[in-house]
Amino acid sequence: MTETIIQGLLLGGLYCLFSLGLSLMFGVMRLTNIAQGDLIVAGGFAAISVAPLVGGHFVMAGVVLLPVAFAVGYALQRTVLNRTLGKDPLPSLVVTFGLSIVIQNALLEIYSADPRSLDAGELATGSLNLGGDIYVGTLPLLILVAALACTAGLQLLFSTTSLGRAFRAVSDDREVAELMGLNSAKVYSVATALAFVLIALAGLFQGLRTTVSPADGPLLLLFAFESVIIGGMGSFWGTFVGALVLGVSQQVGFKFDPGWGVWFGHLVFLAVLLVRPNGLFPKTKG
Amino acid sequence: MTVNHIRRTLLKSGAAVAATSLAAPWVRAAGGTTFKIGYVSPQTGPLAAFAEPDAFTLEQVRKAVAGGIVSGGKKYVVEIVYKDSQSNPNRAGAAAAELILRDKVDLVIASSTPATTNPVADQCELNGVPCITNDAPWQPYFFGRKGDPKQGFEWTYHFFWGLEDIIGAFSSLWGKIPTSKAVGGLWPNDEDGNAWGDGKLGFPPVLASKGFKVVDRGRFQSPINNFSSFISAFKGAGVDIVTGVVPPPDFANFWNQAGQQGFRPKIVTVAKATEFPAAIAAFGDRAEGLTVELMWSPAHPFKSSLTGQSARQLADAYMAASGKPWTMPLGLKHSLFETALDVLKRSGGKDPEAIRNAIRGTSLDTVVGHIDFRKGPVPNISKTPLVAGQWQKRGKGLELVIVDNSQAPMIPVQAELLPIKYG
Repeated sequence: MTETIIQGLLLGGLYCLFSLGLSLMFGVMRLTNIAQGDLIVAGGFAAISVAPLVGGHFVMAGVVLLPVAFAVGYALQRTVLNRTLGKDPLPSLVVTFGLSIVIQNALLEIYSADPRSLDAGELATGSLNLGGDIYVGTLPLLILVAALACTAGLQLLFSTTSLGRAFRAVSDDREVAELMGLNSAKVYSVATALAFVLIALAGLFQGLRTTVSPADGPLLLLFAFESVIIGGMGSFWGTFVGALVLGVSQQVGFKFDPGWGVWFGHLVFLAVLLVRPNGLFPKTKG
Repeated sequence: MTVNHIRRTLLKSGAAVAATSLAAPWVRAAGGTTFKIGYVSPQTGPLAAFAEPDAFTLEQVRKAVAGGIVSGGKKYVVEIVYKDSQSNPNRAGAAAAELILRDKVDLVIASSTPATTNPVADQCELNGVPCITNDAPWQPYFFGRKGDPKQGFEWTYHFFWGLEDIIGAFSSLWGKIPTSKAVGGLWPNDEDGNAWGDGKLGFPPVLASKGFKVVDRGRFQSPINNFSSFISAFKGAGVDIVTGVVPPPDFANFWNQAGQQGFRPKIVTVAKATEFPAAIAAFGDRAEGLTVELMWSPAHPFKSSLTGQSARQLADAYMAASGKPWTMPLGLKHSLFETALDVLKRSGGKDPEAIRNAIRGTSLDTVVGHIDFRKGPVPNISKTPLVAGQWQKRGKGLELVIVDNSQAPMIPVQAELLPIKYG
């Protein structure tokens, strides 16, 4: 059982990275990014394409990719997504849904339906022995540590920096924040840019840990969504815990029967919705 | 506007129908001297490795029939229409339907796993079009399509080995070195996995009768990116042998996670995943010692009825043309076209029933063995021989060599089975 839970926590680390971007965009501008999963897959493919150009190592691919993701996120929010924001949540949903279809088909066109993965070298099979018969893969552990660092970093950014204050201000009341001299369009763009960096990181890790193929996106979105809802909207630590809960639930499901893993995750998600409709640690209302 | 639009479409399609019927005599005249073969194969998706030799095989076949073929004293041009199944059974069925209804092919052929062969064959059976398939064990093909051993199918024929061969080959292979005799199964929830893991017809009963202990956690949904529950169950049960039938990306996940979690089986014999040099290359040194069923290799003592090449010469020609190592589907794809062309030459014309009868009457030595659909274990099936191989170090790289021939003694063994080494 210990091993099941450890593996579940490690899986949860990956789900946390999937969902932080979603949580950030929702927290700041109430925008639900339906294209989240497809963007992660696109990030994975981008890393796979970039890696051979920078010497094949995934760290270098990340160094190149993350700033690009920042720029893409900023530009996308500035030119497209800002136009969809308003009292009505529907336009942003429809636009990101459309984006999701565009990305899937573009990836299929460029990369075909073949699943691909990013070469992790030694890291692919490296492991630490935790005593006895329990081993922890280096790569999954690295992913969990990265998830922890990203969550802590985001929380710190929100609570202690002026940028974080700006995020919270436009989130609480956009009109008043603008009266105080904040340019909400700019603040939103920075938030999306940060979310895209997290998405690219998640794609990179997904490509390293398993494989990515163009049709994977919707399932990743579902896991991200479930993590955010279980944890509670708008809280990064909530998202982190939600992702771990989802990872452990799936792993426990797999333990009972190999066909039950994902289903068990859905069950726990529904149970949380029934018992605590706002999630475990809700920060944002509405 | 909508009404207008519909009317316009109707007018257009009416015109099209008129045009077609006017043009029909000419079409029939041209069609009368052309054999159209429709070919469905998973060019993209998780099964894409199976289709790797397609380009080479198609070029070779087109060259061989460039001057046309003679059937019933008349010369025919051979045209091949090539469709992608995207490794998806629904797409495969749709591709077959397109070939039959739009391209109006005379013969459909398909290859590579039941996910391709079954939907294609079902479409052909439904539409009364002759069909030959291979590269999927005959049980998932025959029973997966609800075939009745007394009646068989009317239009669809298949050649390959069966579960009895692979179970025999694997269990004989696993008896060659001392192990705990505990076998861990990786059988996904698809046609192959369900047939192989079946409690009555699959691996578990035969293995139990041969003294092996089977650890079967049940069917899983592929693709799966987390095998840790399998690995901990296998470790817990002292599994020394891992087997299954898993697509290459899933096996890559399994094998990496086995490494991460310190699981070190002595024998790993996983079908599908480790058949392909490209998939093997991705593992580097960790591929050494993996074992796999071997349905064709350059060492098989057969030769092509189409080009006269021996298995070795066919492999060499492929390696020279593509710059890639030989791969098992090469022989199977080649034999599929060998059979198709042999059938068309004997059919005497384009009549579907004549072609079907020619398939029934096949008795042909191909590069994968002798094909005769009347001698199979059930109607419509012809069996080809199967041995087992291991990826062993030869020079700098790894080579797949034959280590067990218990099911096909006419194919010589090349080396002894070695347990997997862990550095």
